[in-house]
Amino acid sequence: MRRVLLLAALLLPAAAPPAQACSQSQTTTTARKTATTAPRKSLPRPVYHAADAPTNAPVAYVGGMKPVMDQGRYFHGILDQLEGRYAPGGTDFRWDGEAWYGGDYNRLWLKSEGTLEHGRLHDGDHELLYSRAVSPYWNVQAGVRADIDDGPTRTWGALGVQGLALYQFEFQATAYVSDRGRFASRIEGSYDFLLTNRLILQPQAEFNLYTKSDPARQVGAGLSDVDAGLRLRYEVWRKFAPYVAVSYAGYLTQARRIVHDQQGESGALRLTFGVRSWF
Amino acid sequence: MLIPSRNRGGLSRRRFVTGLGAGGLMAALPRPLQAHTPAAGQVPPTARARWDLRVGRTRIEIDRKVLHAPCIGEDVPGPILRWRQGDTVSINVTNTLADEDTSIHWHGLRLPAAMDGVPGLSFAGIPPGETFTYRFPVTQSGTYWYHSHSGMQEAQGLYGAIVIDPPVPDPQPCARDYVILLSEWSDVSPMDMLSNLKMQDDYYVFRQRTLASLPREAREAGSTLAALKDRLAWSRMRMAATDIADVTGVIYTYLLNGHAPDMNWNALFSPGERVRLRFINGASMTFFDIRIPGLEMLVVAADGNAVEPVPVDEFRIGVAETYDVIVQPREARAYTIFAQSEDRTGYARGTLAPQPGMSGPIPPMDPRPVRTMVDMGMDDMKPGESMNGMAMPEHGHDMSASHSHSHLMPHHEGGTMDGMDMTGHAPQHPMGGMQPTTPQQTPHRHDTPTPRHEEGAMAGMDMADMQPAGHGHAMPMSEHRVDEPVHHQPAGRMHRPGAMDHDAPAPGTMPVLEVDDPGPPPLNVENQNIARMPTDRLGSPGDGLEHNGRRVLNYRQLRATRPGSDPRPPTREIIMHLTGNMERYIWGFNGRKFSESGPIRLRRNERVRFTLINDTMMEHPIHLHGMWSELENGQGAYRPYKHTLISQPGSKLSYLVTADAPGLWAYHCHLMLHMETGMFRTVIVE
Ligand SMILES: [Cu+2]
Repeated sequence: MRRVLLLAALLLPAAAPPAQACSQSQTTTTARKTATTAPRKSLPRPVYHAADAPTNAPVAYVGGMKPVMDQGRYFHGILDQLEGRYAPGGTDFRWDGEAWYGGDYNRLWLKSEGTLEHGRLHDGDHELLYSRAVSPYWNVQAGVRADIDDGPTRTWGALGVQGLALYQFEFQATAYVSDRGRFASRIEGSYDFLLTNRLILQPQAEFNLYTKSDPARQVGAGLSDVDAGLRLRYEVWRKFAPYVAVSYAGYLTQARRIVHDQQGESGALRLTFGVRSWF
Repeated sequence: MLIPSRNRGGLSRRRFVTGLGAGGLMAALPRPLQAHTPAAGQVPPTARARWDLRVGRTRIEIDRKVLHAPCIGEDVPGPILRWRQGDTVSINVTNTLADEDTSIHWHGLRLPAAMDGVPGLSFAGIPPGETFTYRFPVTQSGTYWYHSHSGMQEAQGLYGAIVIDPPVPDPQPCARDYVILLSEWSDVSPMDMLSNLKMQDDYYVFRQRTLASLPREAREAGSTLAALKDRLAWSRMRMAATDIADVTGVIYTYLLNGHAPDMNWNALFSPGERVRLRFINGASMTFFDIRIPGLEMLVVAADGNAVEPVPVDEFRIGVAETYDVIVQPREARAYTIFAQSEDRTGYARGTLAPQPGMSGPIPPMDPRPVRTMVDMGMDDMKPGESMNGMAMPEHGHDMSASHSHSHLMPHHEGGTMDGMDMTGHAPQHPMGGMQPTTPQQTPHRHDTPTPRHEEGAMAGMDMADMQPAGHGHAMPMSEHRVDEPVHHQPAGRMHRPGAMDHDAPAPGTMPVLEVDDPGPPPLNVENQNIARMPTDRLGSPGDGLEHNGRRVLNYRQLRATRPGSDPRPPTREIIMHLTGNMERYIWGFNGRKFSESGPIRLRRNERVRFTLINDTMMEHPIHLHGMWSELENGQGAYRPYKHTLISQPGSKLSYLVTADAPGLWAYHCHLMLHMETGMFRTVIVE
């Protein structure tokens, strides 16, 4: 059989030499095809359309019952960070989590993060967002953000993207405009390195930028603060993973001077223990 | 009430009748205990036309996983229904579930649409407390199965086997006849599985590539750099080469006739006897690779229909498929029936033995498969491989459209095609420079199959047999096309409608007058990949089974024992892309899930070619209710009639359908969670 194939392979190109050039016109292609086939009648032009294209004549399902449940809605919440950050000067407690409810396209998100430091809550940031899936990996999100903690409260409108960047980076970038006409933005990213199937090393970073300083909230113009961590978690089960980490939270550029002037701590690297969990 | 069941491996399997109320309990009492006895899997001695089935929930514990399983007659699987072709069967199905509808779908059976049992489609379901009588003439014979089509009950236990006697004596008489129904068991509800997968698509996969597995990959790839490149290529696509099954042995116990592996289901034989084993994949999410070490299996039927016997060592059974095999054990020893899941996270197991209670050695599981660029429909090249040795097939003109992926390369991964690679995903590539290389690397236009795991099993695979000379009514030319599903090149794909004539028909083929072609699927929320160059993988036994040193069945080897009953060539071709977004866990056809699509309308008695292009990187068992799917696998008029066809990742295949059954029918992927997330269409035959 192999020999037959070889023979045929040798013969066929010879039988249809013009077909090899790609610059060849469509008509020649057809002619060449015809040449290798039996004489053909002229055919009606084929019709192209998708057989399953949505129509105006909906199907009458018995009792209105849909045979599958592809419009299901789901509810999940995840605490990416629930951790204690140890340092000689005292322990900080931090959380960062989000929950969503919805279907494949439209979801409602609630995000919350904050740090409890020396009994004082700061970096409290809470968002309520509507999210719309727009591409295989990306969602557009819009809504409101409220900075609620022991500092003065600020509210913002939010618009951002969230999704999976190339090479499976989790990424989100959000722009904010405040009720006082200020602008800000936040960029967050993380990546999961699988050391084993359950032991996962995750670098993560969050940057905040502002157009104007806001000393009452330790905010400076430009790149204001960073919160980053390198977490090594063990997924006892998917939904429960204790971790150890080194985390860094600090103020940058102008904010660093503001915090320094307020006799605050401008940044610290801390040994951190926590749990990542979701439902 | 405790009814201990067969218990061989040390673990007991207990069931308690609960939640049925007095009526259910009463009904349960007179039931013969047969279903619990060692005879599970034994085909009932005689066929019956009248059956009474009660659907309820029963507490069943298997492998320490307790489930209040929806099932028939307090057992999983339900009873084996033995029917006789020519009879009109009537089956009363009573729903004793507390507050949920149920239904029974007779998988693979040709019957009136109202009897098909898919709620919403010509059938209203069976509400709690009610009885529905299915009544239909049985016009076929062989091995089939039934399962619920409601509320994901099929994933939890509502399924069972159907054996239909032919009107004529069995051409393959056997001394013994067993059903081997494979399935899964889990105490995680299918709703929870789906919800978890929506949140994290690899929730159940713990066999991913990690730092720890890098040394082994480096060894296999030749260098650490090559292994890393491969990983980068996959992660760039935001997919995982280790994505074999969505739900795995992490939560599943794989069952054989309702028995966990350590319960060791037994079937008896006397040495020298021919034993028929009717394999049914009744799982909801798992493909199995089946072998019986030490025994050759003679595949004699696929999806209920007789095929020319093919001797094999192993075969893959997709979800919802059935295969009848005949074995003839000659030694008085135990033979292990070993059915490992495709992703190798577990296995179902039973034993053929001359005496009850014996067990044979259990082989180690094979390495789990890893997806390659073939599965992505890219080309034969693994990411990171060089382009050296790239060759072009002879029909170069098609390459100008290669970015539109319409072109199916005759490609058999091995055989004469080794080393053939293409850069088809670079439409701007100067095609003029691409010339065929040595003839050995140049596929023949007529694509003679180059099956790989044959060894004598491939009678009828050469060209001469493609157009059987002897049979009377098949139009000799009409089948030619099956040998070259290669030809299709719709102008629509080129975005130059009218600029190109439709592909010329193969020699003598009657024209396909209409092509329902959606074009390449969009990259959108619901689709993450386009198979630019889908290949013909009918000659491949499937990922993980190639080159394993065993004779493994492939689709090209299936040859019906009689020519098809409808010799007409198709007048319409319907192209369906299998699409999905693993990341979001959405599945569908043509980049759309069920709720965003319209139905597929077929005209009564129309002859249609369905062409499936799998743009995803997973296998999908595609099932059309109510009508046969005649696979165009190179066997001419003797194409096998199937009800469920595995579409391999990155592949293209086609089959013929005669739309002779009016009504609304389901058409879907039989991986239950794929179906429920959108890989479903309604087919209307009007
Ligand atoms: Cu599927």
